[in-house]
Amino acid sequence: MSREDSMSILIDEKTPILVQGITGDKGSFHAREMIDYGSNVVAGVTPGKGGHTHHGVPVFNTVKEAVKETGTQASITFVAPAFCADAIMEAADAGIRLICSITDGIPAQDMMRVKRYFLRFPKDRRPMMVGPNCAGIISPGKAMLGIMPGHIYSKGPVGLISRSGTLGYEAASQLKELGLGISTSVGIGGDPINGSSFLDHLVLFDKDPETKAVLLIGEIGGPQEAEAAAWIKENFSKPVIGFVAGLTAPKGRRMGHAGAIISASGDSAAEKTEIMKSFGLTVAPSPAEFGATVAKVLKVG
Amino acid sequence: MDVHEYQAKEILASHGVAVPPGTVAFSPDQAVYAATELGGSHWVVKAQIHAGARGKAGGVRLCRTYHEVQQAARELLGKRLVTAQTGPEGKPVQRVYIELADPFDRELYLGFVLDRKLERVRVIASKHGGMDIEEIAKNTPDELLQVIVEPAVGLLPFQARELAFQLGLNIKQVSRAVQTIMGAYRAFRDNDATMLEINPLVITKDDKVLALDAKMSFDDNALFRRRNIVDMNDPSQSDPREAQAAEHSLNYIGLDGEIGCIVNGAGLAMATMDMIKHAGGNPANFLDVGGGASPDRVATAFRLVLSDRRVKVVLVNIFAGINRCDWVAQGVVDAVRAERIEDVPLVVRLAGTNVEAGRKIIQESGIAIITADTLADAANKAVAAFKAIK
Repeated sequence: MSREDSMSILIDEKTPILVQGITGDKGSFHAREMIDYGSNVVAGVTPGKGGHTHHGVPVFNTVKEAVKETGTQASITFVAPAFCADAIMEAADAGIRLICSITDGIPAQDMMRVKRYFLRFPKDRRPMMVGPNCAGIISPGKAMLGIMPGHIYSKGPVGLISRSGTLGYEAASQLKELGLGISTSVGIGGDPINGSSFLDHLVLFDKDPETKAVLLIGEIGGPQEAEAAAWIKENFSKPVIGFVAGLTAPKGRRMGHAGAIISASGDSAAEKTEIMKSFGLTVAPSPAEFGATVAKVLKVG
Repeated sequence: MDVHEYQAKEILASHGVAVPPGTVAFSPDQAVYAATELGGSHWVVKAQIHAGARGKAGGVRLCRTYHEVQQAARELLGKRLVTAQTGPEGKPVQRVYIELADPFDRELYLGFVLDRKLERVRVIASKHGGMDIEEIAKNTPDELLQVIVEPAVGLLPFQARELAFQLGLNIKQVSRAVQTIMGAYRAFRDNDATMLEINPLVITKDDKVLALDAKMSFDDNALFRRRNIVDMNDPSQSDPREAQAAEHSLNYIGLDGEIGCIVNGAGLAMATMDMIKHAGGNPANFLDVGGGASPDRVATAFRLVLSDRRVKVVLVNIFAGINRCDWVAQGVVDAVRAERIEDVPLVVRLAGTNVEAGRKIIQESGIAIITADTLADAANKAVAAFKAIK
């Protein structure tokens, strides 16, 4: 995460990456995909498999050893839900500064504990966590710390933040179709308690010279979209295009994602869309018009 | 996951919360027997359904004789109870809870929720129990008491004590209320609950603090370590299609439109529903087939969507990341052949990993599938296909 000499936020081609759970089915498959994309995967961790190599990458028993031997700074966890919170806290304790968790199904109380654990680090050394239950991060042409199909992303001026993975893919492909690309795409995940919010990444995109506009894709449930929209009005210098999925979602039902449920006022897609508009965001009229709306705002195409 | 009132009370009682004596019954005779065993002279017969607002809907009956108990149980069991929270079709009543009715002085409110903004458990209490929390918050917002739990140490006894004194209780009641609040917190924490509501929490004439009604919901993501909660599951309370979907670990929510949806990813599934609406149609369901959509899973998804008689058109929208379009395409073709669903117009949109291989499988199958390239195209074609049937 050498922010000074890198143009993208969070990761670039030099970021030394650790894969937690590298010898498992999913971890192994996606470690390969990340390496093939050009990510600098330097270490893996699987307790009990220390000393082996996997995809040519050294495997360690603990994150501490991996950090000591390879200087890894960013990790991605492919760890089963029951053990994932522990893996995240292990990474934080070992000094990993960017933790991306793909795992879907971490209990909310475990995430509560993780977030509380992060508070033991002073603000300037607190890890940034992306996810859980997300597709990860990609800075097209540089590096991928995630599970997305890399080929649908092209490099360009749009910063993308999405709660949903597949809806993020949809947006990326629409942008590509219009000759627009992405600076960095971050999936913040579909759980009720996320490692980081829209707001955390907007702060980074604000300072990123490569990013000219941000596309923010939310969904029903939770206060994150409203919080981000209010902050944007006061602080953000670039145009933001918003969308909230779930206009047709019934109240009180969990729509796939653990966090996608309308349970309080302000949770519905209609309310969040109105809030976004009231804070000056341009809202895409439908999920088929992410690309077209961004193009219109950037006055291209 | 939700549980019945009597189950929530079992959990609470095991954590030291005082509840009125009661027994669950599945038949009118059993209800009478329960009343005789409980003793006393007044009983409440309560319909057990996964929804609130039962009182106003006639689902809670005060009885003075065994005959009245039997009568109430007979009237409730086997019926569907429609309350303000069930929707027009109501929920089936297959169990009643027979509870000893004791007179009480005051009705309070006590609730625990997972606050998503604070990422902490929030305890809410009010002097004005007996009505729903939205109403309490609207009528007496200034009297709503709140305490935030610090996750590193959990709820502390002084916090419970502060709440109890603010509720205006006398010292005898305070110590019992503290026991109740602390016990309820442990029940919430130790079972991975996401919501716990005791409403009303009553104070009896002899200073007892009793949970008169109780509602609990649990974190589905934590059920792997809560067998006791899983064992309490009552599938009769869910839409049968949803119960069937859950058996195959598919995420399905039934709606009332005509266009059945099979999509990968929760966000894209919601967006697909929104897009159908935008194009002038109505989605019949939410269905996320998930990341590893094998041919088998896709076939199961088809069966599920088509079991809804309202479905006139099926729209498959797959943006393959971890998934592969060729697998999904094979699943679609297999399902169409196995289920003989040639008479239902089928719109398929594939994108992402191995899209060419997927399209080829569909073309070569010889099945009349309407293909679409984009999300808008898919929704428009599905709505057009439905309108053509009409």
